[in-house]
Amino acid sequence: MDRLFEMTWGEPASAPTAGVFPAMNVTQDADRYQVRAELPGIRTEDLQISVERNKLVVSGKREMPGESDAVSYHRRERAGGSFSRSLTLPADLDADKVEANYANGVLTITLPKAEAVKARQVTVKAS
Amino acid sequence: MPTDTNIQLSEKQEVSGAAEQTREGPVYEPLVDISEDAEGLTLMADMPGVTPERLTIDLRENVLTLRGEVEAPPPNESYVLREYGVGAFYRQFTLADSIDQSRIDARLKDGVLHLRLPKVEKARPRQISVKAS
Repeated sequence: MDRLFEMTWGEPASAPTAGVFPAMNVTQDADRYQVRAELPGIRTEDLQISVERNKLVVSGKREMPGESDAVSYHRRERAGGSFSRSLTLPADLDADKVEANYANGVLTITLPKAEAVKARQVTVKAS
Repeated sequence: MPTDTNIQLSEKQEVSGAAEQTREGPVYEPLVDISEDAEGLTLMADMPGVTPERLTIDLRENVLTLRGEVEAPPPNESYVLREYGVGAFYRQFTLADSIDQSRIDARLKDGVLHLRLPKVEKARPRQISVKAS
């Protein structure tokens, strides 16, 4: 369930997935990471997100509508059930400032990097 | 449906060639459920990132075409990990039954399209009484 970042670090091109639902895309800038996952048709109350140090865990369930007997299926490709995915980020996170947004079936989690690991601009003074 | 099963990851299938593209970028096949009852067909399609304004549903001569555009990710983002591609959704289906176009109902919520396609009402069976001569 855990994915070690070292494996794909520095490989921005499409990498093979961890094989665990949901697939995740992660981007970063100097101050934060953004983790995105496609999770269509999920109620936000069925999503749990936790952060500890540099580890993010996203779990939840996707409920599918019950089927009636009068229905026959031509195609069934969409899956319901539970999921849990953990992701280890390359740097420690500021767990108190994590924000999550769910829109149009896409979950976006913004994870600020911990103060201690943020790249700092150092000005060199002329003596 | 029980939720004690774990969802298995199914990688997005990229479509090549068939889709006429209005924009640059990859095109993927949405996952669908299609069910049928006496009155019609119900199609559910996972199209995460698609908004109602960017979704087109076209039905002509029994060919149903779904196309959804998504917002391109910000170009200057630096990827740390990329497990899935982001692009438009496109899929076509041939329907066996005649669909009553005037009663089609489409709803899009949280990236899931719910499309109801009622069948054309068949001519009512008529009872023919035979008179005794």
